[in-house]
Order: sequence, then C-alpha cells, then structure tokens
Amino acid sequence: MVNDYEKVKAIVDRYGGKHDSVIAILQDVQSEYHYLPEHTLRAVASQLDLPLIQICGVATFFKAFSLKPRGEHTVTVCLGTACHVRGAPAVLDEVKRQLGIEPGNTTADMRFTLETVNCLGACALGPILVVDGKYHGQMSLGKVKKVLNRYKKVQKDGRHEELKVSS
Amino acid sequence: MIELTIDGIKAKVEEGTTVLEAAREMGIIIPTLCYHPGLSPYGACRVCMVEVVKGDHSSLEASCTLPVEQGQVILTNSEKVTRARKLIVELLLSSCPNSKTLQDMAANMGINKVRFKIKDRGCILCGRCVRYCKEQMKSGGIGFVGRGTSRRVATAFDVTPEECRNCGGCEWICPVCEKACMADSLIDGLCGGCQNLAPVETCLVCTGCSESVSPQGHKVY
Repeated sequence: MVNDYEKVKAIVDRYGGKHDSVIAILQDVQSEYHYLPEHTLRAVASQLDLPLIQICGVATFFKAFSLKPRGEHTVTVCLGTACHVRGAPAVLDEVKRQLGIEPGNTTADMRFTLETVNCLGACALGPILVVDGKYHGQMSLGKVKKVLNRYKKVQKDGRHEELKVSS
Repeated sequence: MIELTIDGIKAKVEEGTTVLEAAREMGIIIPTLCYHPGLSPYGACRVCMVEVVKGDHSSLEASCTLPVEQGQVILTNSEKVTRARKLIVELLLSSCPNSKTLQDMAANMGINKVRFKIKDRGCILCGRCVRYCKEQMKSGGIGFVGRGTSRRVATAFDVTPEECRNCGGCEWICPVCEKACMADSLIDGLCGGCQNLAPVETCLVCTGCSESVSPQGHKVY
C-alpha cells in the first residue's frame, strides 16, 4: 500500500499536481494497474486535495476507466450497425458462450474481459472481434473459437502463442 | 445597465444578471426546480425555459443560465414555452412521480397525462444537493457517478465520506424530498389531488395539500 501511494504520487507529480489533469493521471494509474483500485483513487484525491467523489465521478463517467479488476486479455465485440447486420449479435453470443461471461465482466481465472463497442470505424471488416487491440475481421462463429484459443493457450515459458507468432 | 424586453415590458437590469433573476424582479413567474438563489446556476432541469426572439425566429433557452443582453426580447409564457415546459415536467414526473413539487407543477400547467413510462428513480438529477454540499457546506461529500441512464447521486464507493458532517442539507434542499406527494395511487403518472377543481379549502386526496389551495389548485412557484 505504501508502495502504491508512492507510485501514485510519482504519477501525480508528473502532472504538477494540477486539478485539471485528473483524467491524464487516472489514465496513467490505469495503465499501471490495468484498472483503478479504490486505494489509488483515494491516494489521487488526497494528493490533489480534491473530494474523493469528484475523482469517482470522473472514473465512473468514462468508459475507458474500470473500477473492477480486468483480465489479461480484453476481448471487444463490435455491435455497430454494419457489424450488427453482418451477424455481430451471433458472434457476441458465441464469445459469451466460449468465455462463459456477460459483456463487462471478467472470467474467474482473470484471463479475459469481455466488452462491446458501438463502432470501431472499420465497418468493411465487420463483424469485428478485437483482442488486445488486434483486429480480427470477417468473424464467423467457427473463427471465434480459433481466435480465442490462440490466447487461451499458454506457452511453457508463460508467454502466449499469439505473442510468439506476432514477434 | 442593460435594457431588455420581457413579455413586452421593457426593463433595465444590471449587467451579469440572468434572465430568470430579471424576470422574477419584475414579478414574472417562471417555474424552477434546479435553481436556488444560494447556489450557482446549473441549468439541469430545463423547467425555466423561455423563448428568446431573434428577428423572425426564436429559440428556447434555460433562463437560469442565460445572461441578459442588450435589446434581448424574451417571452416567458408563449405557446412554444408552455408546450416545452409541459413536456419537460412530464419527463421529470416519469422518473420521479412522488414529488409533490412536481405534481403541483403538473397540475398548474394543466398536464393531464404523463405520456412516458413511469420509472421511479426518486431523483431528477437536478444537482441541488451536490451543489449545496460543495458550495454552501464546502464539503463535497456527494456527487454524480456514472453516466447516462445509470447516472445517480452518490457518495464515493457508497460509504459515508469523511467530508460529510451529517448536516442533512442535501435532503433539505432536494426538490423531491422536501415535499413528497402522499397520494396513494397515481393515474397516468399524476396524483390528481391538486387538480381538484371543486372549490374546497383542503384537498382530500393527497394530505400534503392542506395549505393555500385555490379552486385551481396550488400556486407553488
């Protein structure tokens, strides 16, 4: 906890402790912890000398911030109009079935977080499934399993197959 | 000094006042919910809507946040305004039907049906409690969390914060909590008690109506 406080302090100091850089600070805290733990929000509030609720208001307003721990991989299914007509709801159902979670949740083993998005601006590729920022276009029910399996498998050295392939 | 016309009456007011303040000074009634003289204007409830005439067209603006301008022409009771206000009160009632302030407002405006699905959330998100806590108590214990339909007034992590002094001001200033409508059943989203047009001293339907009931219902603004 003390260590965390120092970490947050370093981030806050980087922005000069200014009240208007709350969003930037929270973004950095989130990239450090992958989510916003309660005690880091308290640390940000006390260091910026702002009421905690104000920090919470910002943290809950933006979809980019998460107050719940997130999985190792983020799976995002596009449900925009173009993807929708090309069968995105079925893709989402398949992903839900494969991972056993509802959108917005994380699997119990903390491996996957499932999210939906309303458009990624890559409609020609639809339906799109994004895993950790990598776009998998023209998704079909069969391909969902293949893509997810690539991230499910862990190499002996602890690295995932996908990481090895792309490097 | 700035010269403007409200409902055809010319007036001179100080620079920096809002249209709402200018109108109230002139004795013109504009209903408000989120406005409070002791708090900063917020413009959340939109009930104080007025029509600003600009040449051959006009626009609707919330008067509580609209600063006066030279030569401004304001209408506070035009058909456009009353129609817009009715719609807004209906929308507010659909999310908070148990507020006597709102029910009275509806009765005064002649609303006889709420056209929207009633989803009682007990809050109209006017932000009066939030501003009271921040500006008057200098505390900041409560605030808005979430966004869109999940937006609500809450404390951080739903625990009583250190900043809270248990002053109860948030409840006191709330336009919903201050007067709850005690009517048993709502018909089309309205309690109907205050629409009682019979010339009676006290209204029999909702118990909160015992004060200053005229044959046309309450005048609460």
